[in-house]
Amino acid sequence: MPFVLKEIPRLKYAATRDGFGLGLLEAAKKNKNIVVLSADLTESTRCLPFKEKFPERFIQLGVAEQSMASIAAGLALGGKIPFITSYAIFSPGRNWEQIRTCIALQNANVKIIGSHAGLNVGPDGATHQMLEDLALTRVLPGITILSPCDVAEAKKATLAAAKIKGPVYLRLAREASPIFTGSTTLFEVGRMQIFREGVAATIIATGPLVYEALKAAEILKIKDKLNVRVINCSTIKPLDKKTIIESAKKTGVIVTVEEHMVAGGLGSAVAEVVVANHPVPMEFVGIKDKFGESGKPQELLEKYGLTARYIVAAVIRTIARKNKK
Amino acid sequence: MHALHDGKFKSLEEIAVQIREDILKMLIKAGSGHSAGSLGLADIFTAFYFHILNHNPKKPNWKNRDRLILSNGHVCPARYAAMAHAGYFPKSELLTLRKLGSRLQGHPELQCLPGVESTSGPLGEGSSQAAGLAYAAKMDEAKWRVYCLMSDGELQEGQTWEALMFAAKYKLTNCTFIIDRNNIQIEGHTETVMPLEPLVEKFKAFGLHVEECAGNDIRDFVNAIERAKEISEKPTVIVAHTIPGKGIDFMENKFEWHGKIPVGAEGRKALAEIRTLQGKIKSEHE
Repeated sequence: MPFVLKEIPRLKYAATRDGFGLGLLEAAKKNKNIVVLSADLTESTRCLPFKEKFPERFIQLGVAEQSMASIAAGLALGGKIPFITSYAIFSPGRNWEQIRTCIALQNANVKIIGSHAGLNVGPDGATHQMLEDLALTRVLPGITILSPCDVAEAKKATLAAAKIKGPVYLRLAREASPIFTGSTTLFEVGRMQIFREGVAATIIATGPLVYEALKAAEILKIKDKLNVRVINCSTIKPLDKKTIIESAKKTGVIVTVEEHMVAGGLGSAVAEVVVANHPVPMEFVGIKDKFGESGKPQELLEKYGLTARYIVAAVIRTIARKNKK
Repeated sequence: MHALHDGKFKSLEEIAVQIREDILKMLIKAGSGHSAGSLGLADIFTAFYFHILNHNPKKPNWKNRDRLILSNGHVCPARYAAMAHAGYFPKSELLTLRKLGSRLQGHPELQCLPGVESTSGPLGEGSSQAAGLAYAAKMDEAKWRVYCLMSDGELQEGQTWEALMFAAKYKLTNCTFIIDRNNIQIEGHTETVMPLEPLVEKFKAFGLHVEECAGNDIRDFVNAIERAKEISEKPTVIVAHTIPGKGIDFMENKFEWHGKIPVGAEGRKALAEIRTLQGKIKSEHE
């Protein structure tokens, strides 16, 4: 069933990390080989219910993310399905080379759970705002990268990750964000979902900012009489090239949206496909080669140009470039 | 595994000499690689593959096998040579080391060669992987053991100590860590580059049981492994004192040979020394 953004009178909020916690518990009930490794962040990565339900499958490592990645690879060599949980800045940030050698190169069945990704960790500031994780993981052959748009999709992504035989990186956010998908919304690894149809332009977004993209589409329709297609890209790798190329051909304009550096992230990944297959004008809504800072999540999204109005402006600029040709 | 009787000990020593010769031939043919550490570990790898490990070369993925994790992957020529002699793959394949299309990658890769147990090269990661494997074995109440062979230089990697804290916390007594204490690394002696001593005390302070042995004495090494298995309260670290470049006079204890190979006349001289046990016997090959 295609997604339809309805008027939601009382929008509910939850963080994608909460969806992970729920999915983890459900996956663990089905598969006894799932073990969880924590680097002293059990509660905030939403692993506490798992720890309470399956204490014998919960492994506390202390603050040691590098060893955690390699220990997980060892556990996987021993037949377990380890979920390594931390903040994205530490894992896959701190331990990238361990992930590369021990997990990706060995094709170890390890799930890397990076919570607190993006600017939305807010007051913690630049040191903890992971804006580079998609770039870091996207360059690893054989890894699957999932970046869910809301709590419901995060749960589905977690269940899917548990079933994949091989390395997975799951990108999660700390801050509560709108819940706008449900049990009937399709989710399939490697497939983009068209959340809104349109011909004037395509917005491809990932993570909780998909909701901002939908708001932008609504504004474009009301104010500018433009119908734009909005795509939820919850699998960054393997990327759904078919849908990207089809969208480029159909709408002739692509704008990407991500709470991540423009360099190396979703925008770069989409651009690689567009340039090689069907070049069209593109623009990138994301972080433009800057570190973040302390502030409220919403203030930061506004300051760094990631909210609906910036997406609207980017779409209008890009359509103008197309029309100039 | 049981104690070594004299006959078996003698035959292991002979195998170690053949492995040394193969290591040298492989490195010379490859044109690059790490000579000193590989030669220094010929005895330990012989002991593992011909006496210590419970394994089956014809079934490298047999689930009840002991696991030997090599952390300092750059000494893999020694492992490859021992594996070939044990029957994992034909000895003729040894000369493909580091060549395009070879299963014998410059640093060992799990996906390429069955039996290598893990991918390694970037230092400091083997101890964590071994600890993870040992933890999995404990969860499953499996009887197989994990051995992790590491270099002394890589103890400068902080991750090693993260892994040792983990092993001590979870009492991974089914895992034995072996340090190739050859005192050298690329740029010099370990104690010059970044001192490791007092090493034994450091391990003890991290909650491990420590054994020491002469790593080029197969009997002494086997005995240390046996003692480690008796320790049921803590995981054991064996500090195996080895001679880098063992068997070749002009290489022994010279850090300059860490990451290079003998070429031309040097290579011929090195091979002659191995074959004659540094002039002690007349070579059969001459």
